[in-house]
Amino acid sequence: MKDMHRIRLRVNGHEHELAVEARRTLADMLRHDLGYTGTHLGCEHGICGACTVLVDGCPARACLMFGVQADGAEVSTVEGLSTGEELSDLQQAFSDHHALQCGFCTPGFLMLAEAYLAERGAAGSGPPTEAEVRELIASNLCRCTGYQGIVEAVLATARSRRTTGSP
Amino acid sequence: MLRGRGRFVGDLTRAGLLHAAFARSPFAAATVAAISTSAAVRTPGVAAAFTAADLGHPYLLATLERDEFVPTAMPLLAGDQARFAGEPVAVVIAEDAYLAEDAAELVEVDWQRLPAITDAAAARDGAARQVHEGLTGNCLVDLLMFDDERLGEIFASAPLVVGGVFTSGRVAALPLEGRACLAEWDDRDGQLVMHVSTQVPHQVRSAVAQALRLPERAVRVIAPDVGGGFGLKCVVGREEVTVAAAALRLRRPVRWIEDRQENLTASFHGHEQRYHVRAAFDSRGRLLALDADIECDVGAYSAYPFTCAVEPLMAATELPGVYKVPAYRARGRAVATNKAPTAPYRGVSRPQLVLVMERLMEKAARALHTDPLRLRRLNMIGPGEFPYTGVNGITYDEGSYRESLDLAERGVADGGWHAEVDALRGAGLRAGIGYACFSERTGYGTPTMSQRRMLMTPGYDTAHVRVDPTGEVVVTTGTCGHGQGHETTFAQIIADRLGVHPDQVRLRQGDTDLAAYGWGTFASRSIVIGGGAAARAADLVAGQLRQVAGCLLEAGAADVELSGGAARIRGDSRTAIPIGELARVVYFQTHRLPVPLRYGLEAQASFDPPGTFSNACHAALVVIDPETCAIRLHRYLVVEDCGVVINPRIVDGQVRGGVTQGVAAALLERVRYDDEGQPVSATLMDYLPPTAAEVCPVDVVHLETPSRFSHTGAKGMGEGGTIGAPAAVLNAINDALSGAAAEFDHIPVLPEDVSAALAGRARAGEGAA
Repeated sequence: MKDMHRIRLRVNGHEHELAVEARRTLADMLRHDLGYTGTHLGCEHGICGACTVLVDGCPARACLMFGVQADGAEVSTVEGLSTGEELSDLQQAFSDHHALQCGFCTPGFLMLAEAYLAERGAAGSGPPTEAEVRELIASNLCRCTGYQGIVEAVLATARSRRTTGSP
Repeated sequence: MLRGRGRFVGDLTRAGLLHAAFARSPFAAATVAAISTSAAVRTPGVAAAFTAADLGHPYLLATLERDEFVPTAMPLLAGDQARFAGEPVAVVIAEDAYLAEDAAELVEVDWQRLPAITDAAAARDGAARQVHEGLTGNCLVDLLMFDDERLGEIFASAPLVVGGVFTSGRVAALPLEGRACLAEWDDRDGQLVMHVSTQVPHQVRSAVAQALRLPERAVRVIAPDVGGGFGLKCVVGREEVTVAAAALRLRRPVRWIEDRQENLTASFHGHEQRYHVRAAFDSRGRLLALDADIECDVGAYSAYPFTCAVEPLMAATELPGVYKVPAYRARGRAVATNKAPTAPYRGVSRPQLVLVMERLMEKAARALHTDPLRLRRLNMIGPGEFPYTGVNGITYDEGSYRESLDLAERGVADGGWHAEVDALRGAGLRAGIGYACFSERTGYGTPTMSQRRMLMTPGYDTAHVRVDPTGEVVVTTGTCGHGQGHETTFAQIIADRLGVHPDQVRLRQGDTDLAAYGWGTFASRSIVIGGGAAARAADLVAGQLRQVAGCLLEAGAADVELSGGAARIRGDSRTAIPIGELARVVYFQTHRLPVPLRYGLEAQASFDPPGTFSNACHAALVVIDPETCAIRLHRYLVVEDCGVVINPRIVDGQVRGGVTQGVAAALLERVRYDDEGQPVSATLMDYLPPTAAEVCPVDVVHLETPSRFSHTGAKGMGEGGTIGAPAAVLNAINDALSGAAAEFDHIPVLPEDVSAALAGRARAGEGAA
């Protein structure tokens, strides 16, 4: 007998209420129950970071959380980074700096970087160094790019946000 | 992709979708005395379970037409014997993926264990059990090539002979998306439709048709977005075909998503190789002869369709590389063991053979007290010597071997690397610089592939180009990009020829019902072969556009030029007719045109070149902390020549990603098995791909020596980064450790190796298995 729980959460600002099995991961719930398939699963044991989403603003491995643990939470996924056909500055920087090839890991890097940049912005910190960005994105794995484009994209976004004062 | 709107196999949804999970052998070698799926099938939510017997013992068979090759079938599900830990013995199909995994654990197997053959040396032992019936010394292929009879005499009289044993560890390709497939029966079309994460959709179709005895038209394979391949997905896995068999029987959609443990233990590995090589030099340092014994531990099965001979054949054929070798002999063997099978991983044997040659250069230079770069230049195929036909029968087309080395050496000097090494050494660290010079055959079609004598010989490709009634262009190819940016580069190639903007060109690929039979994307072939076919087709369509415009402008087609989205009489902008207007006339007022120009603007063309050699010189600066023995990549420079560069950004991306994989093979990654053949690197905590913290920026300098053998002048460049990096890094490590009682000829070099070396306990050349 499945051990089902009824939960409520917001994903990218949209309210969802659903019944979810106790053992279902947040990643599977987002992907298959709610249709947010932009969140990818690369290892399902918390190493690769492809499934990184924001739970109440903090990066979390959606493969290491159960769906029921997100009851009452505000979850952000890659689908919420921009609306319509416009790309966010970070997404545009990823495109401009060739920060993706196959694209499978990209959503995780975007969410990780978005949370980091938002935190630095809120703290009024100066732009990060390359070493700081490398340390940050060492949380996640990319097998295609060698990371150089990702580092450059995050640095460029940090610089431009500081200049324009955008979030 | 950036918006989360990619479409990978795992993202697809279907009404009534079932999920597959595999029951796998827990032992490296065991017979199946009995198997029962009844407990699994009784589980609520389970739709079916199949064993090999249930499916009629289907198999995949990859064959070389050579006497030295022993064909061995790879069953979709192991029948009476499992040959590696992780081999599938049954598949369970359930309503939900969690249930399927639970129920797979309920498959009951009476295993009778056999002694496991876990390394090639043990496999060759005369007393060893044979992994497959009919083998001798567990040898799947044993080739003696270029057996120069002068060799014994040359070595006996040579002033200098250097050599050694060079090994590379078993690695996992590790695409971030593992293997995946969704198979469903389409009743209306009478077709099994499969979405597969693959580099080779047509070969998946052929495999499914052959294994399940279907005509190829009854199978359609579509590669949607594919999350990396690196060679792992250029072979066909038994799981994909098993899922197809299940969908065919159940007449319901079935999906399988490989998990990371399966990917690390039960898919395909790469390049566990051992080279015993000696080289004879004259007193000035000129190579006189090369003698190689190459052994590849290929695991339990020969992968479909290329066979396990890919690694030893590539190694034995191409070992001399950029150097002029007057006399040569190579023996290449593929040895079966009770480990996961191997597939052609990015670079295929060339990371190893470049490592061997570049180590030999260093060893000979040291023995002769000369500069290793001088020795390389002395032996390298030089400017003015192209095309050069080597002792291995290969003709090397024009390259910039010498120039790339010169530029790399200058880049290192001008970039202050030497001063940096001095400073690092002054700070108590060990630091060193290493070089690797190489060329690699890319874009080779059946003229070259046929020399391997594969029953299924890959190589050609076909493209179709169509201008639609609005003047937009669709190009359809049999190549199958998965992160290489083919959407961009193919559009550039076509747009150049039709005089339209690249945004007006759409690439369709990865669908066997859309494209002519093609060979997908692997072996640095797509831009040369697929792009060449596309360019040829576009040239034909450009000819049609010129003729139509000539007809409407009452001019000769030869006087019409295509540019800026319009056709015009050369130099006369007043005559411009937009391409869209030409297309409109062809489709909607076709009666205005003479019959040969009517009814469409489209063409199909094929390309099947012999191949063309890209080349590069890599330089690496590594730093070793004598306290922790950690080896850190500090600087990296690539001077590469892939002919005409279609898109520099994409080339840089391929080079940097490739270098990162090569560095990983040199410093981090190794698939390990214990003495009983149990995989002990089954998670990403045990198998260590590099993060951003383990690599440094890679500077890339481009040289352009156009290829005469490619339609666009481009050469392939998907693998070069991976090929050069291990040798450059290994040479840098040895430079950093010079003075210590250590010299490494193996990869990966791990901190424990350095620790032992610095403690004066250097291992003799060979790395641990």
